[in-house]
Amino acid sequence: MSSFYQLEFEKPVVEIEKQVAALQERLKRVQGGKVGGGGAAGEQTLETGTGADEESAAPEDAGAIEREIDALRVKRERVLEELYAHLTPWDTVRVARHPKRPQTRDYIEMIFKDFCELHGDRRFGDDPAMVVGFARLGSTKVLVIGHQKGRTTQEKIACHFGCAHPEGYRKAMAKMRLAEKFKLPIVTLVDTPGAYPGLGAEARGQAEAIAVNLRDMSRLKTPIVSVVIGEGGSGGALGIAVADRVAMLANSWYSVISPEGCAAILWKQANEQTNTAAAQNLKLTARDNLELGIIDAVIPEPIGGAHREPKKTAQHIEKWLTDQIMDLKAHTPSTLPRTRYERFRKLGSFAEQVA
Amino acid sequence: MTNAVSSKAKTWNDHSSARKTSVPEGLWLRCDGCEQMIYRKQMEANLHCCPECNHHYRIAGAERVKQLADSGSFEAMFTGLSPTDPLKFKDLKGYKERLLAEQIKTGATDAVIAGSCFIKGRSAMLCVLDLSFMMGSMGSVVGEAVTRSIETATERNLPLIIVSGSGGARMQESGLSLMQMAKTSAALARLDDAGGLFISVLTDPTTGGVTASFAMLGDVILAEPKALIGFAGPRVIQQTIRQELPEGFQRSEYLLKGGMVDRVVPRNELRSEIARMIDYSGR
Ligand SMILES: [Zn+2]
Repeated sequence: MSSFYQLEFEKPVVEIEKQVAALQERLKRVQGGKVGGGGAAGEQTLETGTGADEESAAPEDAGAIEREIDALRVKRERVLEELYAHLTPWDTVRVARHPKRPQTRDYIEMIFKDFCELHGDRRFGDDPAMVVGFARLGSTKVLVIGHQKGRTTQEKIACHFGCAHPEGYRKAMAKMRLAEKFKLPIVTLVDTPGAYPGLGAEARGQAEAIAVNLRDMSRLKTPIVSVVIGEGGSGGALGIAVADRVAMLANSWYSVISPEGCAAILWKQANEQTNTAAAQNLKLTARDNLELGIIDAVIPEPIGGAHREPKKTAQHIEKWLTDQIMDLKAHTPSTLPRTRYERFRKLGSFAEQVA
Repeated sequence: MTNAVSSKAKTWNDHSSARKTSVPEGLWLRCDGCEQMIYRKQMEANLHCCPECNHHYRIAGAERVKQLADSGSFEAMFTGLSPTDPLKFKDLKGYKERLLAEQIKTGATDAVIAGSCFIKGRSAMLCVLDLSFMMGSMGSVVGEAVTRSIETATERNLPLIIVSGSGGARMQESGLSLMQMAKTSAALARLDDAGGLFISVLTDPTTGGVTASFAMLGDVILAEPKALIGFAGPRVIQQTIRQELPEGFQRSEYLLKGGMVDRVVPRNELRSEIARMIDYSGR
């Protein structure tokens, strides 16, 4: 249960985990042979911090240690819950980027059956940062699409850390047209820091590729549901998220620009302080986006974030997806573009003086 | 999406070289293109292009409308729209203050001018992003005005011309700015379904969320010479790939060669080119 990648704000939890690990070690020693009596000694040393218990020479009792471990585990849950209930937006961004956080391919495996991947945009190539294929969600055949960041170093580099190229967006769009033809609902999982900013991406029309997706997704006559599972970075995210229903996992972010990008421009420099301020101002959390009407639902994550319990997170996503698709399938497909248009049409905030 | 072009590399106020800003209101200025001393009045009379080298200076929205619409034909629409501060955004300066300062500076409420007009006698819907207001960035007001322009063109079966010049989506409205990309693009799907004509005119600079939405969706895309057009700003790209960008990268001529725009059109031909496209579309 220890987290290898340590988030700064999770330090109190890691401390408790260390204590538990130390106690488990001691328990093993105690159970291994010399069982002693008197048991309260452990509590004193544990409160004062890590490692100190090694020096304790007090006789020990396995039962007391076990009780102590249980108590610490309860405490850990409580502390974790408390921490995650009060994350700053910048901390949320960090959770969303946690290297252990489940990615598109993980969710495809956990939520869908019989995944049949489709490759290539028939124009230039196959972008590994965009995963597309047919799959079954329960008994429903769907097309599933998602950004893939990559887990191993090699995969991360191939995926440009989840930053798709124009061919990725074009692949997604081409298969979405296929889904419309086959009358399959579309599920998209959003997880990108942003579309890739590079020479080839520009040369091949990154802007045009995204723009076409925005336009053509809006008029697809088949249900589309999207979930921001990690990072919802700007146009690169929106490029597969013009959907009938959009949700965000509780610890994901969705915004016009990353906090660092925003800080670098508006605060003239990106550092801990300005990133924190930018994240705060951008209103990029799930709750903020829900309040702004940009998303329709927040999908809860297990206490301590999706990376701690991927399976449970996947179940929450699956439930939401299934409910939405059931609901949308009740609509005549040809009416969906109109309601989808209205969904996006009303977004924005302005004052109007009527002449 | 909103990118660095808007704030650092070049802003409206200091888009010309330091030499020029040292004589900001002078009768003469040193041309950014050819470095010759040129007479400002003459440059302005030449559609704000250098009389020597035809360097295209950036122009404000009102000037653009004046250049494109038949004299006296422009009827402004959606003028009652004004921005709010939905996120209570505050960086080094509050968004509210920033808006107010821009409004005082320009006399406009936001970065867009829209209305109906005639272009060489042809009835059209014209929408212009105004670079002089917060770098023509797209927040809710710009998104709404662009969308209404598209809807009006669709309803009245008018050719639609949108002239873009923008740093991208406006950061201070964050997710709501992002949603304007979807909103405007979806409106264009309906115009397209109705068989309408959309001529997108790209001017220096057109980047970020504006490029990645309506600006690149023209039935016909025209670009002014040497305009910077792209998704990411050059600085962001340079930081990502850590190498020098090729000469002319992301400029109109580069996009033309790469198949991304239909025509590169000098400013003094823009009116007649637009009229020609309208005629070919049969509208
Ligand atoms: Zn010149």
